[in-house]
Amino acid sequence: MGHHILVVEDSPTMRQLLHFTLKRLKGVEVLEAGDGVEGYKVLTSNKVDLIVADLNMPVMDGLKMISMIKGNPAYREIPIVVVTTEGGEEDRKKAMALGANAYITKPIQTSQLLSVVKGLLNIG
Amino acid sequence: MARDNLKNKKGDTENLFARAEEFLQIFKKGAEFTQELLKENERLRFRILKLQEEVKALKKGAANPDVEELRRRVKELEREKEELLRRFKEVEEENKDFAAKYVEVEEENNTLANLYVASYQLHSTLDFHEVLQIIMEIIINLIGAEIFAILLLDEKTRKLNAVAAEGVELEDIPPISPGEGIIGEAAEKGENYLCQSIGPFRIFDPEKPIAAIPLKIKDKTIGVIAIYKLLQQKERFTDLDRELFTLLAGHAATAIFSARLYSESERKLSTFQGFIELLTKD
Repeated sequence: MGHHILVVEDSPTMRQLLHFTLKRLKGVEVLEAGDGVEGYKVLTSNKVDLIVADLNMPVMDGLKMISMIKGNPAYREIPIVVVTTEGGEEDRKKAMALGANAYITKPIQTSQLLSVVKGLLNIG
Repeated sequence: MARDNLKNKKGDTENLFARAEEFLQIFKKGAEFTQELLKENERLRFRILKLQEEVKALKKGAANPDVEELRRRVKELEREKEELLRRFKEVEEENKDFAAKYVEVEEENNTLANLYVASYQLHSTLDFHEVLQIIMEIIINLIGAEIFAILLLDEKTRKLNAVAAEGVELEDIPPISPGEGIIGEAAEKGENYLCQSIGPFRIFDPEKPIAAIPLKIKDKTIGVIAIYKLLQQKERFTDLDRELFTLLAGHAATAIFSARLYSESERKLSTFQGFIELLTKD
């Protein structure tokens, strides 16, 4: 059975790079959203196994979306990988404290992202 | 008295006989023990001789065929072990090579994915502002710049004017003439400028970028991307950045040029349509 990964990112360039990278994993389907609100909507209407989210987004930022997801018992267990330009330790701590499972800074190394996702989804 | 003496003598004699008998028994036992010792001694001598012969035979190595067979087998196994160790080292080396190649391939994949996405996005629209937005996204997300500006050459004034910026206001970047400073020189020569050792960022100086990438269509420079500061997690430019700069130099310029031409032709088309409508009204 395949895995469904939701990419929540406002930059179409970055969204395409993430989509392109994640599709390299066998059996992975990628869903996309441009901001936190859209991301949450996609999550509630689809089966999602993992979320890759940016922090700086319009309408609803990544931190707010993470706290909403982790605050809902139905989605609490879904792992979240943050992919952001924010390289400060404070930002990392905030995201991890809210329940993010991994924190990757941009520009990303596709191999690093794949290795983190594989680890969280338990796939070889 | 004499009777008593006779009685005593008789008793002594009996006693003497009893003791003699006792001694005799002891001597007999001693003799038997000596015989046993002699036999054991003989047996041990025989055993020693046997062992000495065996030792000699072992030393010669030819005496026992089983030992010879075992020796042959040991040598064979030693050879096999050496061969396996040699093979193991070979495989280990091969593994190292494969691991290094895997890392290389992954890096190449990363580069190609970035270039593909950047190129795809640059040519995905003919809207001038969208093209600028895409160039900015590439510089932020794929290169990892925090402060930068896109300057385009005004054909009339022959000045490079900032048309988009991140981390700084457009007004903070004055118009620059080709040949003037790092940015102007990059525009005039048409060559990338990359600062070799990037020190800590102190204050924004519009004339001192850490990278200046001319946007060129063939040999004609239409603008420059000036980068002033990288994201805090990024210390230097990488090989991928150089590839992206090369791509941006050509593709971004083409995308900007196409978008400008398109909007100009759209504008002219609507003007002509207006004219035609006016002329055909009567």
